[in-house]
Amino acid sequence: MLIMLTNAFLIALREIKRNLTRAFLTVLGIIIGVAAVVTMVTLGEGTTAAVKNQISDLGSNLVMVRPGSGFGPRASSAGVPNFTESDVTAIAEQISGVAAIAPVRTASLSTIYLQEARNTSIIGTTVDYFSINKWSLASGRFFTEADARTGEAVAVIGNTVKTELFGSEDPIGKKIRVGQASLQVIGLLKAKGQAGMGDQDDTIVVPLTTMQRRLGGRTSSRDVSQMSISAEDDYNSDLLISEISSLLRQRRNIQSNQDDNFTVFDTRQIAETLSSSTELMTMLLSAVAGVSLLVGGIGIMNIMLVSVTERTREIGIRLAIGATAKEVLWQFLVEALTLSCVGGMIGIGLALVFCQVLAPLIQIPFSFNLEINLIAFAFSAIVGIVFGFAPARRASKLDPIDALRHE
Amino acid sequence: MSTPTSTLIELNNLTKTYGQGSAAFQALKGINLKIDKGEFVSIMGPSGSGKSTLMNLLGCLDRPTTGAYRYEGIAVESLNSVQRSLLRRYALGFIFQGFNLLARTSAIENVELPLLYRGIKRAERHEMARRALAQVGLPDKERNTPAELSGGQQQRVAIARAIVTNPSTLFADEPTGNLDSQTTCEIMELLTQLNSERGITILMVTHEDDVAQYAKRTVRVIDGLIDHDQTHHRIAAQ
Repeated sequence: MLIMLTNAFLIALREIKRNLTRAFLTVLGIIIGVAAVVTMVTLGEGTTAAVKNQISDLGSNLVMVRPGSGFGPRASSAGVPNFTESDVTAIAEQISGVAAIAPVRTASLSTIYLQEARNTSIIGTTVDYFSINKWSLASGRFFTEADARTGEAVAVIGNTVKTELFGSEDPIGKKIRVGQASLQVIGLLKAKGQAGMGDQDDTIVVPLTTMQRRLGGRTSSRDVSQMSISAEDDYNSDLLISEISSLLRQRRNIQSNQDDNFTVFDTRQIAETLSSSTELMTMLLSAVAGVSLLVGGIGIMNIMLVSVTERTREIGIRLAIGATAKEVLWQFLVEALTLSCVGGMIGIGLALVFCQVLAPLIQIPFSFNLEINLIAFAFSAIVGIVFGFAPARRASKLDPIDALRHE
Repeated sequence: MSTPTSTLIELNNLTKTYGQGSAAFQALKGINLKIDKGEFVSIMGPSGSGKSTLMNLLGCLDRPTTGAYRYEGIAVESLNSVQRSLLRRYALGFIFQGFNLLARTSAIENVELPLLYRGIKRAERHEMARRALAQVGLPDKERNTPAELSGGQQQRVAIARAIVTNPSTLFADEPTGNLDSQTTCEIMELLTQLNSERGITILMVTHEDDVAQYAKRTVRVIDGLIDHDQTHHRIAAQ
């Protein structure tokens, strides 16, 4: 049996060598299929990892409170009242486990420096905002309690804003026009990058008082559109979230039969939501790639079937010189298997190259996933066996005399 | 080598019918034939006489409908297809009118083919194939593919492939049918030489009288029966 298999392998290899071009075209489908599946899964996982990294950059014990229901793409806050500064104070004073809390007001305003202008999301907040959201400085300084108290005309800008407005110029000390006010740039935030969450570096942070007093328009109201809370290190997130919820329900006069008109969530929940959507995406793309792998397998069957007809005389010769039907069956099966396995390996190699090239381009980490490579390889081998069997069987059923007469 | 008088092949009232019922056609109607080891027999007959059917049965490529076929005492008619394959592999060699070499495959690889099925190791395989090619007069064509060889050379490669396993019987089906008269002579000389020097029994189907003359015995088949069976002295060669 072993001798027969080694023999079959040897004979199959010779056959493949004899028809290298045909062999290559045969396995092209498998190559493309395997490469597509492995690339999709690897890049998909890279994206998920990148999203998770970015969320952990937000801070692992960050809790956010927003008006309306839901967060992420399903969020809706239409017609729902904002929070007030007294809500912020109440949470800080009444909930244990809150290490720090910062009120956040956001506004999208035009920002101008010399000739450069763009719309940027402006955040009005307090000093604690930086530590709660794990921002650190690239240069300059954060604003201080004193700045906040007096509503100084100062701003801390994100890296994207710096690049867009200042290019390579040093922004510290420069004046930019935000809405109706002229603000001095005092700090530059270290970049966090982008993926999944949008560009976090496209931001300008100013003291809440500055926003209310200087920027004009609707920004002068005393509403707070969002609260950022950092919890104590050993906090129980579920407990904290439910305590904040019940306090806010009480303060916002929500009846017991009404749903919350605000949402409290922590980074863990954001992480779960975002990674479940990227994972779903990965699965979908992989399924599409899997179909191409299947088509590749059918390609192998097609070529092998054609080649049985084409090689009838060869089979006749083999049978005449003493090959058994079983040996012919094995030869064809091993040929199909070898082709699909080699195709699988080339596909994996190709996927590796694709991932190496693409991962930096779309800014995600590249990590070699042994499991998916093994699965893709095993699948291509199975494709070889399944789709190689019908032609192999047909070849082995040929009558030697008829096969020899075949022209 | 074997003694020249021992029986190699014995056919007893062998028949072969193709098809069934009203469409049935009896190609062989009862063949009785005895061939000794070391003989060189040519089987002649017009087309449709059943000589090819007889050849296929003798070569264990097909099974008789009725009758007995003993090859070296083995009851071939009761062998299954695997056993017949093994008999072909270890005892028989074939050459064909159309040479039947594997295309795009070098001469030496073609000759090695039967050895591959015998599970012979690479180095030994190579050596045996080389010797066989030298014996048929093609020591310098090992790397050539069939397309690069003349018809006569291709048939020599086919003969080398048939004798490389040292078979006791060589079946030749119109071996010179595709060759010119000069090459025909050369190929027939080679077969005669293999028969006399190595004692290989040769059974050859032909319809050319001058080719049949190389054999020591001619069996004529007409309408599925042996018409006559004649042993003669060679007129060509020597």
